[in-house]
Amino acid sequence: MKHRPVFNRVVMALVFLFLYAPIFLLIIFSFNAGNSNMVWKGFSLHWYGQLFHNRLIMQSVYTTLLVSFLATLIATAAGTFAAIGFYAMRRRVRSPLMTINSIPIMNADIVTGVSLCLLFVGFFSFWGSFAGWFNSLGLFQIPVRLSMGFTTMLIAHITFNIPYVILSVGPKLRQMDKNLIDAAQDLGCTWMQAFWKVVLPEIKPGVISGALTAFTMSIDDFVISYFTAGSSASTLAVTIYGMTKKRVNPQINAVSTLLFVTVLALLAAVNIREARQEQRLAAQRKQS
Amino acid sequence: MKHKLSLFAIPYVVWMALFVVAPVIMVVIYAFSSSGGGFTLANFARMGTYTVVFGRSFKLALIATVVCLAIGYPVSYMMSKEGPRFQRVAMVLIMLPMWMNFLLRTYSWMAILENNGLLNQFFQKTGLISLWNHLFGTEFTYFPMMGTQGAVVLGMVYNYLPFMILPIYSVIIKLDPSLLEAARDLGADSLNVFRRVILPLSLPGVLSGITMVFVPAVSTFAISTMLGGGTRILLGDLIEQQFTGGAYNPQLGAAIALVMMIIVVVCMAVMNRFGEGEEQAVVL
Repeated sequence: MKHRPVFNRVVMALVFLFLYAPIFLLIIFSFNAGNSNMVWKGFSLHWYGQLFHNRLIMQSVYTTLLVSFLATLIATAAGTFAAIGFYAMRRRVRSPLMTINSIPIMNADIVTGVSLCLLFVGFFSFWGSFAGWFNSLGLFQIPVRLSMGFTTMLIAHITFNIPYVILSVGPKLRQMDKNLIDAAQDLGCTWMQAFWKVVLPEIKPGVISGALTAFTMSIDDFVISYFTAGSSASTLAVTIYGMTKKRVNPQINAVSTLLFVTVLALLAAVNIREARQEQRLAAQRKQS
Repeated sequence: MKHKLSLFAIPYVVWMALFVVAPVIMVVIYAFSSSGGGFTLANFARMGTYTVVFGRSFKLALIATVVCLAIGYPVSYMMSKEGPRFQRVAMVLIMLPMWMNFLLRTYSWMAILENNGLLNQFFQKTGLISLWNHLFGTEFTYFPMMGTQGAVVLGMVYNYLPFMILPIYSVIIKLDPSLLEAARDLGADSLNVFRRVILPLSLPGVLSGITMVFVPAVSTFAISTMLGGGTRILLGDLIEQQFTGGAYNPQLGAAIALVMMIIVVVCMAVMNRFGEGEEQAVVL
């Protein structure tokens, strides 16, 4: 064991205190009887009770979770396929595509959001004139006016999630033994079977970490949702942003606390499981 | 076999063309067109009136990036020295706040920094304010923190610090221990090992961290609206106002967004020049 100075631990503790102090404050004040985030008026579960009757907040939480889950699911599947496709490409074709792929990661959120917003608005006005012409043909009627909402937001989330999946699956593919695919085919697999039975198990850790990153990005996003959700859909972040301009409802503290505790429990469960598995593996190795 | 698999990428290539390339083209078209639709450079000329906003955004983002680096590098280095279990917990603890939307966390800072907020209550109770007044002959009943540029920088540092720590840490942790051993065997003391081996090798992580902090910091609008009081606007606020606010002018907004894109491209070019490890460092 090397000597570990106390100083390091103190510095790290201070940084973690800095990171967590605001979160703990939200949690503490979610149990406040008063409606302020600054003055403690005694313990109460008042805000939690009210929270479940607040249609706006509950709807926003639902939208946030739904868009994050759907975007993660679609982006993980699409990103994994795309990563395999990129991996199989010649370098000359792949590198420009990888550069384009990294645009949504590198670009500032606001630029991504604004550019998608412009695209959607442009498309809708094009659609408007197209639908007007089509409806005049009298075959059947299609809606003329489209507006931004859940679908456009979902498209935006998928667009900024896929690159993260590709970047975490790609390295795993490159680590994979190239002969595995050929071997599988020699042994009678079709190329689809080779994919399901050989490639996918090999890259699974990359797929999982890609999905995790995608979900994190979706949950944490505010800016891109803000520009692509229009007025009909609203994530929790967008709702809160609207509130900060007036007066923030203390129910927000309660909903934050619930989200935080859920995430904490999930992460703890995953990590404990992983740690146990590692221990078991280590024990097995020792025995053999 | 291999070329057949490359067909898997086709749907995503189409998707990219539609939702990555086409939006960029839209921004370029808007940036160079007038509200009537003709070609113009007026949008860029109008940006001259906003030099102050550009200057302020760059200044604050730069300060925030430097502070993040000054905190993030030592912390990443210290973390890498700890045992595996400590590291695992520390990583989770650094990722965890990101699962709570950054707006919630920024909103919590509002209550801390307010004039009658928690920090000022603390300063009053401990007598720090009267001590300050006594020492400097001032008449503060509270320290004004909300609505200052300092609060905005604090918000940036708070929100983007993990983006600095994660890439640096992931590069340091992958350093080959035999390299450090070799340096020590060849007579380098620990300061020299750090300066000549660890620091240069961790540079890709540092560069990646710098871009990952600077780019969102220079373009933020929520943080400055919430903590900066919204009076002194940043670039992000400026863009946002052109799209949603009363000053509706998407052409100007697109032009500013285009400038921001160019900044990012420059950052990327610099990164590609100095470090090849950016791809792995970007993945958290």
